[in-house]
Amino acid sequence: MTGVERLGTWLVWTMAALCAVFLLTPLVVTSVVSFGSSAVFTLPPPGWSMRWYERLLVARGLMESLATSLQIAMLSTAISLVLGTLCAIGLVRGQFPGRDAISTFLVSPLMLPGLVIGIAMLQGFKVMGLRAAWPSLLVAHVVITMPYVLRTVQSALSLFDFTMLDAARTLGCSYLRAVWRVLVPALAPAYLTSGMFAFLASMDNYPVSIFFTDAWTKTLPIQMLQFVEERPDPTIAAISTGLILLAVLALIIGDRLVGLRRLADF
Amino acid sequence: MTTAADNSTRPQRDWTAMLTVPAVAYLAVIYLMPLVWLLTKSVSGPDGFSIEPFMHFFSDPYSWRVMTNTVTIAVGVTLVCLIVGYPVAFALAWSRGIVQAALLVAIILPLSIGVVVKAFAWQIVLRRDGIVSQILVGLGIWSEPQRLLFTETGLILGAANVFLPFMILPIYSVLKLIDPHLREAGATLGASPLYTFRHIVLPLTLPGAVSGIAFVFSMSVSMFVIPSLLIGDRFQTLSTLTGRSFLLMRDERLGSTTAVVLLAIAVAIVLASTWISRRLGGRS
Repeated sequence: MTGVERLGTWLVWTMAALCAVFLLTPLVVTSVVSFGSSAVFTLPPPGWSMRWYERLLVARGLMESLATSLQIAMLSTAISLVLGTLCAIGLVRGQFPGRDAISTFLVSPLMLPGLVIGIAMLQGFKVMGLRAAWPSLLVAHVVITMPYVLRTVQSALSLFDFTMLDAARTLGCSYLRAVWRVLVPALAPAYLTSGMFAFLASMDNYPVSIFFTDAWTKTLPIQMLQFVEERPDPTIAAISTGLILLAVLALIIGDRLVGLRRLADF
Repeated sequence: MTTAADNSTRPQRDWTAMLTVPAVAYLAVIYLMPLVWLLTKSVSGPDGFSIEPFMHFFSDPYSWRVMTNTVTIAVGVTLVCLIVGYPVAFALAWSRGIVQAALLVAIILPLSIGVVVKAFAWQIVLRRDGIVSQILVGLGIWSEPQRLLFTETGLILGAANVFLPFMILPIYSVLKLIDPHLREAGATLGASPLYTFRHIVLPLTLPGAVSGIAFVFSMSVSMFVIPSLLIGDRFQTLSTLTGRSFLLMRDERLGSTTAVVLLAIAVAIVLASTWISRRLGGRS
């Protein structure tokens, strides 16, 4: 190994170690603060306590907003999975012009500023007469979750050999049975990753949701930011730690089912 | 592939195009129409077509300061992410087993955590008695504790932390396609490691770096939650100004104008990065 090569290798591994620490810092800090007894985020905490977790259950609006977020995220992901899969099959199997344009169009919400999409929808929904908070949130979040589903399912489908379906049918499967036995297992990993990222994108969305909340219907990020701005105390750290735990769980499941490296496919 | 397979699936082609209709129709009504409506309204005054709001916006020195703020922060965040992310993508590609798993977890886990959670954590980290200040004082770089929260440096640090995975992953995804034997081949043929890097590895990773830069830059331009929590009202970016005009000032005229400017920047970034990756011959 030459000197330059050694220097490069050293740089890469040092940077990687520092980067891992840097990336995990916010998660570790949040978890430590949530178990601390101090109300002013002193680090390291002067003592340990569970009182911020007890506060979670009584903090006004927190559990309601969590429920709203979960409902919106699950429903919008489900709708996106159905519409997105149909569309992906059409795009991969179809022989019509403009397929690239359609695919870019459906993924474009990911590339435009969320705030701009939110503002446009706010005004658009007003014109269409859609005013209620909950349905507006759901309708808007389908647009947010769609790109994740379409992108992943389309690339999985384009790798799928559709003659396998014909083969299964030649071997005596009915069309639906062939789809169920051959296509569905091949798409399952794509469903899992895209579903997970779509769900998380919806759970996390702030810039679009902010335009469709009212005093009674708030999503979790909106409610949390309001808490942080109004009266910051480690209750927020406690709910954040809960969310981190949920993410760890999702990651373990994802690793078991499709593998970490597949999750990192970009 | 074969004509036989084509023939057997021919009857289905008539309806496959119809499968795209529900999703396309949904997005056309819920997403495209409102955007077109926003654009049309932004160039229509009391008596028809008018670019007066934009003239007004671009002639105001304050607007230029806001735009300078936006670009400065976005460039800073992108640079930090590129400098840190580029070598880390190599580490990810070279490592195996438990080391690679640990790195992947460190990159993917924060991706699955909400931005409000991370920005809130950075509020704690960047305080006068926060970890960064403690470390810098401990290392003797700072003589006394300082507050990084509500400063531009603090904002860049926090935002870079949130967007870093979006730089590492695209570079990693092109890097893992490069044949590991290329380096050995270069060495066998007498090329120095530096030469191999500059003439073989660097050009091959450029498409990944371009899409990483495009991701991070456009997310930094349009971020809203991170600056709200890490720098506050004193320092406005296009995005926070847009949000504030709608949510606090109820000045929809100004908000629509800045929203259209933001939209134009985002579209320009997408077009530029697509054009550059085409020229580099990579996939976008």
